[in-house]
Amino acid sequence: MITPQIEIQIIASLVAVACAIPGVFLVLRKMAMISDAISHAILPGIVVGFLFTGSINSPLLIVLAAITGLLTVVLVEILSKTNLVKEDAAIGLVFPALFSIGVILISRNASNIHIDTDAVLMGEIAFAPFDRLVFSGVDLGPKNAWVMFAILLMNVLFTIVFFKELKISTFDAGLAASLGFAPVAMNYALMATVSVTTVGAFDAVGAILVVAFMIVPAATAYLLTDDLKAMLMITTVVGIVTAISGYWLARLLDVSISGSMAAMCGLIFLTVFLMAPQRGLFSIIKRKQRQKVEFLQMTLAMHLANHSGVNDDIEERRISHLSKHVGWTPDFAQKVVKDAERRKLLLLDGEVMNLTEKGENFVLAANGLISATHHPGFETLRKEFIIFSD
Amino acid sequence: MIMDQLDFFIRIFNDYTTQTIGLGTTFLGLMSGVLGVYAVLRKQSLLGDAVAHSSLPGIAMAFLLTGTKNTLLIFAGAALAGWVATFWISGIIKNTRIKSDAALAIVLAVFFGFGLVMLTYIQRMENANQSGLQSYLFGQAATLLREDVNLMGIISGFAIIVILLLWKEFKLMTFDEQFARSLGFNQKFINLVINTLIVLAIVIGLQTVGVILMSALLIAPASAARQWTNRMGSMVMLSALFGMLSGLIGTAISSTGNQLSTGPVIVLVAVSIVLFSFVFAPERGWLARLINKNKNRRSLELNKFIQVLYETCKNHEDIKHKHSIQILKALPGYHAGTLKTLKDGGFIEVANNQWCLTALGISRASANGKQEGISQ
Repeated sequence: MITPQIEIQIIASLVAVACAIPGVFLVLRKMAMISDAISHAILPGIVVGFLFTGSINSPLLIVLAAITGLLTVVLVEILSKTNLVKEDAAIGLVFPALFSIGVILISRNASNIHIDTDAVLMGEIAFAPFDRLVFSGVDLGPKNAWVMFAILLMNVLFTIVFFKELKISTFDAGLAASLGFAPVAMNYALMATVSVTTVGAFDAVGAILVVAFMIVPAATAYLLTDDLKAMLMITTVVGIVTAISGYWLARLLDVSISGSMAAMCGLIFLTVFLMAPQRGLFSIIKRKQRQKVEFLQMTLAMHLANHSGVNDDIEERRISHLSKHVGWTPDFAQKVVKDAERRKLLLLDGEVMNLTEKGENFVLAANGLISATHHPGFETLRKEFIIFSD
Repeated sequence: MIMDQLDFFIRIFNDYTTQTIGLGTTFLGLMSGVLGVYAVLRKQSLLGDAVAHSSLPGIAMAFLLTGTKNTLLIFAGAALAGWVATFWISGIIKNTRIKSDAALAIVLAVFFGFGLVMLTYIQRMENANQSGLQSYLFGQAATLLREDVNLMGIISGFAIIVILLLWKEFKLMTFDEQFARSLGFNQKFINLVINTLIVLAIVIGLQTVGVILMSALLIAPASAARQWTNRMGSMVMLSALFGMLSGLIGTAISSTGNQLSTGPVIVLVAVSIVLFSFVFAPERGWLARLINKNKNRRSLELNKFIQVLYETCKNHEDIKHKHSIQILKALPGYHAGTLKTLKDGGFIEVANNQWCLTALGISRASANGKQEGISQ
């Protein structure tokens, strides 16, 4: 027997994965805020659909609301094409207007509509297990789970069937158009997917968490990989982890489930933002520091190379001279020289620095790299001289 | 409806409560109108949306820490959270390859989710005082007290003084950031001041319009004002006026019963002003463009017709040779009214049912010919 607890987690995971798939393309197409606009703007569609059908899970309602979502996209495009306002202002005008109409419709028809405005924002996932799908007397589980499952299936099929088209129109719309892949049609198909997914997820998790589930896992994955398929996978995993951990956090603190799922999204994003191996903040800082050291060592070695051999000038190779020639303070120069000595790039003869053979080779290799237009050999250089370990 | 509004405007001067609310929405419209100009022109329209949503945890935190619904503390909490959100957004954009749209969406959703967690946590504490917090989602002008309005007045007054003092810097920074930097203006500091003022403009509207819709009040008046003028000064004034009008009319409609939240009504009024401006503004408006397009088309048609006349006349020895009106009417491109336009424009002379080109007509035709020559 599946308990309501598990059912909630299943629904949340379905929502997370269904949102994650179009979310990846939204993030890559720099259209993330469109999801925010759609999630707000479908409200009047939902209200009108509800007045017609009387059920929040009716297919007609989903279609109506999804059309409102597409209408939002079209309105934003029409507005920004007039050049009267920029695209961001157009988004910022269209969705509050539609959302306002929705809120007013709800309060004017409060007696007919059992949606309150809080539910619009927070969703009612805690109540989702109570609305069952019963088919000829057999309880098949929560309705919302089936709706989300259908939407998820649609999203997966859409992505698999049109993977090539989506990929090419996302990364190079011009190329897609010239190859006959109709990027505009792809764009509207994607927007339709976003709209339908948003409508389905809206009831369970509310307008704001839809945005969180669409954008945050995808952005997290974007920090971890360069491969579209891997990004889709990671996004899915992050979505599910978020959904389940968010649920338990909400249980623990007895707070809004959708809110705590959004907070978990943020927490996971923050962790990746800080710790990601290539693009995390820590590794960026570390890399910048390492590059600084590399640059200093290279400067010192080249300075010494310029004043050794043919152009030998012992005065230039004194540590005290560095402050005059390279502009380093005495303390700083001392530090850089100590560093170079430790790395065996130079030998100290009292105050005078002498480049070692390793140092000379380093300068030669570095010179070759700097004069080349491409620097594919930088990594090899680093490994060959093993002076700059991470 | 009109009677209701008239009634409202009369009551403003009599009824203390409506006076308070009206004054509050006026301050709010003024501030968001003025600051909205900078948000819209700097292409930061959606930053307002992110900041407004992000202020929710600040509101909840202020309540959680102090246990009171002191407006100043709530403003401070909201401003702090909104401010932190702007830093997060720029931090994400600066340090990762995530673009501004996703950065906005991430911060907006996560902060708002965190705010919901705190709000539901407060609800669970069963503190009778918390009920008002919910009104921050959609705004409830009826909860405005005189002290709140005073505070709104002080903040918007402060903001306007800062804008007047830094008018030149703000303007330069808005239109040409690189140039401003090359002149030695402290780019970081000025940006910080503008962003802080935008955060403040959003914060003072939260109680009346709510966190979800406040950004529209920032964008709408400025987008409307942009249609009527190309000058910064008049745009700011107009935007302030539109903002105040939206606030006043919106409050009027929502306070005439119906139990509507103020936020959505004010937003719809503001968006109506935008739509009106899109259609009716001179030069940029849809109607003006349509008229202009027609005028251009007609002037092109006229030029073409004068060319046809010239082609007809130039084969005669005397270019001023008189032709019958019937011939003119039979030429291609003739419409009813063309004759009158030609006569009124001084391109042809008409006498005894006969016409000939004037000097002006001939020079226009040869000018057209030259242009065609170039384009060929």
